[in-house]
Amino acid sequence: MAKSWREWMKNLLELEDLVGQIKTQLVQESDPIRYAELDAKVKSFEDRRDKILELMFSRLGPWEETLLARADPRPYTLDYVQNVFSDFLEIEGDRRFGADHAIVCGPAILEGRPVMVVGHQKGRNIQERTYRNFAMAKPEGYRKAVRMFQMAERFQMPVVTFVDTPAADPGVESESRGISEAIAASMLAMFELTVPVVSIVIGEGGSGGAIGIAAANIVLMQEHAVYSVIPPEGCAAILWRDPAKGPQAAAALRLTSKSALEFGLVDGIVKEPFGSAYRDPITAATLVKEAIIESLAKLDSIGLNLKSHRYERFRRAGSSYMKS
Amino acid sequence: MGRWADLASPQISAGVFVQCQGCKKALFADEFRANLKVCSYCGHHHRLTWRERIEWTFDEGSFVESDADLAGSDPLSFPDYTPKHSAAQSKTGMTDSVVTGMAKLSTHVVSVAVSDFHFMGGSMGTVAGEKVTRALERGCEDRCPVIVFCASGGARMQEGLLSLMQMAKTTAAVERCRDHGVPYISVFTDPTMAGVLASYASIADVILAEPKALVGFAGARVSKQAQVTKAPDDFQTAEWVLKQGMLDRVVERRDMRATLSTLIHTLGYSLRNKEARIG
Repeated sequence: MAKSWREWMKNLLELEDLVGQIKTQLVQESDPIRYAELDAKVKSFEDRRDKILELMFSRLGPWEETLLARADPRPYTLDYVQNVFSDFLEIEGDRRFGADHAIVCGPAILEGRPVMVVGHQKGRNIQERTYRNFAMAKPEGYRKAVRMFQMAERFQMPVVTFVDTPAADPGVESESRGISEAIAASMLAMFELTVPVVSIVIGEGGSGGAIGIAAANIVLMQEHAVYSVIPPEGCAAILWRDPAKGPQAAAALRLTSKSALEFGLVDGIVKEPFGSAYRDPITAATLVKEAIIESLAKLDSIGLNLKSHRYERFRRAGSSYMKS
Repeated sequence: MGRWADLASPQISAGVFVQCQGCKKALFADEFRANLKVCSYCGHHHRLTWRERIEWTFDEGSFVESDADLAGSDPLSFPDYTPKHSAAQSKTGMTDSVVTGMAKLSTHVVSVAVSDFHFMGGSMGTVAGEKVTRALERGCEDRCPVIVFCASGGARMQEGLLSLMQMAKTTAAVERCRDHGVPYISVFTDPTMAGVLASYASIADVILAEPKALVGFAGARVSKQAQVTKAPDDFQTAEWVLKQGMLDRVVERRDMRATLSTLIHTLGYSLRNKEARIG
């Protein structure tokens, strides 16, 4: 099985490359007969591409969903921030140790309503990835998030978090500054809030690093996002001493949005455009925006006690799978 | 040389030897037990079963177990989970990795949770998360301090996302304790890792640890691979974590009971007085 999204999509990407080349030729073509020929070729290739995509998406397994969730052209938090909110201003300081670029946050406006935005941020190329530390937040990232949660409470703003991380940073430095405490304290701060909180998993919901900013009243997942207690490769390494058995582990872990909904652990799935979010980021953002607005409206109608609503929401997790 | 006994075995008779896992020296089994399974040569604190932990920490005979029958299932139909889980049950006599209940500590009533590493590495699945949550909630309902002994490799991967959610659930319960002014003390014993460390374990009012207990977010191998920064020799030991300011005291096993008693006495004062006023 393919190890990466790029490898899995290889044939399709080549086809799209070809279509792109023909299109460039098309623009320069002056002979009307030749133009018609090329145009027909483009159409037939695009048809073929759509058929392949349809076929691929008709039989997506947990591993393919994992690859899609990690796909490098997939929209990231700041892409959604740009298309969903206005007046976003990034706030960088944790007031403790240093700036962490794996988590971005700040106030913004959602359809006239001020909200506090917190999300993991991935990078698209080597430089960006290094700068964002592959969206693996350090303690200072979670401590910055706590500041935002407390500020949201002070100014009575709803909180919206975007979850997209392979895991929290596991390095020696993070360990020395208390990454575990930082994650737990971030969840704790979320449970203290009386304002509405909505979280949406937009890519990889990677274990503790993800739940650290996902203790929300309503937790949503994008259709092709994954949410897991451990990365499939890590699970395979522990269980079968073979990280290459990631695909089997992905199946065993049931990490897809559909499974999370079935287990009652997320409250809804946000649809993605045909071929997943990156093929039409604007439509994907519109769907995300609608889902957030709808969720906030639902929470507004619940009224006063959103803190106990949040408590009860997580209190139920797994209760139908126990007996005494 | 006499006969050798298994370290975890509760029935260790006189004249039998055990080998210290720290310095590898031979120890008389009955002396070893009398010394609370701490090596008299090197001070290595060996792992305890939940029963030993309760017997050696709380007032004799005061422990009353709660939710003893609470049992889980295999919601994901995860490969080999059911047989592994059953094997752990027959090995330990426990239903899952955590035992909870009410006990007394120097006559003060406390709500207690003890996780046992011998049951699937003390991992936290739905049942363990539920029991810890209920132990914290009992502290709020019965207005008594909560003491949690941690011994866990982290969240149980065989229950997938359900296990991850236990991190949030238990954290929410800690928040409730704070709301109710209920003192919550957590004790890191060997090992306290990953999903357990990154949830209820790390946000106690006071955190104690046993000497040399392994305490960390990621397995040492992952941590060392992940960064160029060289890990110090004592990386992820309780003593190192103490130095980082991430826990409050490293306490030897023989002093644990007295230390906890003192904390309960002081931190629980206002709780007891409020109770007196209400009563």
